[in-house]
Amino acid sequence: MKRVVITGAGTVNALAQDVPGTLAAMREGRCGIGPLDIRDRERLSISIGGQVRGWEVEAHFNRQQIALYDRFTQFTLHAAREAITQSGLVFDDQLSLTSGVVLGTAGGGVNTWDENYRAVYEDGKNRVHPFVVPKLMNNAAASHVSMEWNLRGPTFTVATACASSNHAMGLAFQMVRSGAATAMVTGGSEAMLCFGGIKAWEGLRVMSRTACRPFSMTRDGMVQGEGAGVYVFEDYDHARARGAHILAEVAGFAMSSDAGDIVMPSAQGAERAISGALRDAGLNPSDVGYINAHGTGTAANDKTECAAVAHAFGPHADRLMISSTKSMHGHCIGGTGAVELLACLMALNEGVIAPTIGYEEPDPECALDVVPNVARTARVDAVLSNAFAFGGLNAVIALRRI
Amino acid sequence: MSVKDRVIAIIAEQAVLDVADVTMDSTLESLGIDSLGLVESIFAIEEAFDVSVPFNANDPSQSDFDISSVASIVAAVEKLVADQHA
Repeated sequence: MKRVVITGAGTVNALAQDVPGTLAAMREGRCGIGPLDIRDRERLSISIGGQVRGWEVEAHFNRQQIALYDRFTQFTLHAAREAITQSGLVFDDQLSLTSGVVLGTAGGGVNTWDENYRAVYEDGKNRVHPFVVPKLMNNAAASHVSMEWNLRGPTFTVATACASSNHAMGLAFQMVRSGAATAMVTGGSEAMLCFGGIKAWEGLRVMSRTACRPFSMTRDGMVQGEGAGVYVFEDYDHARARGAHILAEVAGFAMSSDAGDIVMPSAQGAERAISGALRDAGLNPSDVGYINAHGTGTAANDKTECAAVAHAFGPHADRLMISSTKSMHGHCIGGTGAVELLACLMALNEGVIAPTIGYEEPDPECALDVVPNVARTARVDAVLSNAFAFGGLNAVIALRRI
Repeated sequence: MSVKDRVIAIIAEQAVLDVADVTMDSTLESLGIDSLGLVESIFAIEEAFDVSVPFNANDPSQSDFDISSVASIVAAVEKLVADQHA
């Protein structure tokens, strides 16, 4: 089995449109959530979100590309460029054939669905743009990354709601580890901050109207975000041979299904994914210094997640740090695990633990060190990133410093 | 049909029970309605009465809409309907 390392990272999210800016915001505990600026917002009862502001699409893409790229694809391509440029990889000859793309998204081109349903239902038009289908399909982003960078190996998209990008990165890791691929571009993207995308979430009654306050007694729901996180996962020997800068080792991955309820999470299912990732990575619980929580800020997730961590780690649960950066960038749905993995890289490489902001009051059912409100410096050698999706699908990644 | 009868009909449908089996002192739990069933019932109430129910699934006890029994739900809906016509 090959060892797998991360040699590039890229992002677009409400905090910044690159990795350095995002990490700076996380260090400062800055909040990227604010009033939504979208059409028909006055008909929504939820008026806040982690929206990407100042997105100058014309600065990044030409007119033909804009006609073909939904917002979730735009975010993906921008983040992929940052990640692949950092990795220094050039995908030609044999490397092109053995490298691919696995990305996660829950909704794919939601803005494209929304705009074109409007056109035919609300505006009564009988004709839509010819690119509607290639724009909205969930694999559009993966295919465009593949085309732009000449990645001709295994390429596909994974959809497991809020765990999509963790599942995608887990599969990319397994492909490099098994030798099926030399390098994989992986992560995820979501862009559903449009009228229909928010209206659908309103229906579930799990959204906060004020802020995302994970683990705080005063939490009252999740806040939607948007954005992308993209990484280059590479065979360690290949990376070392070319003298690449290595950001971290992907040490292990595990997934599980609750086989329980379509929306209510299970502590047992989450615990099995956490323990499975430790086992897969060959880590002892005491090796882990930080967990990037799923931490949605809903009543159900946060107490279930804390119970799962407490069971999986035993006494060490009280010694590790766990934080939710969703408090800053919102819940980026199918892209969220990939955006949040940045906090794991910051913990390993800079010794800075991103805080859980908006924290007001302890909840006895979430009695862990959630790094409230202010970032902390600490040396950590191994970290986990949790994602637990609607549908009871859990995916946990373990990273280690190399 | 009174507000009470219409609310009971909505709850009975959600619980897959006969309306006669839904009494005013029933709780949603005793009727076998889970969190998703509750959200669906509230949606049905909003549609039936054209009202907006203040309810957050993260903290039902803190919501202005008391769901502790069928009687409390009926009372809350009656108030919403009255406020709407006020």
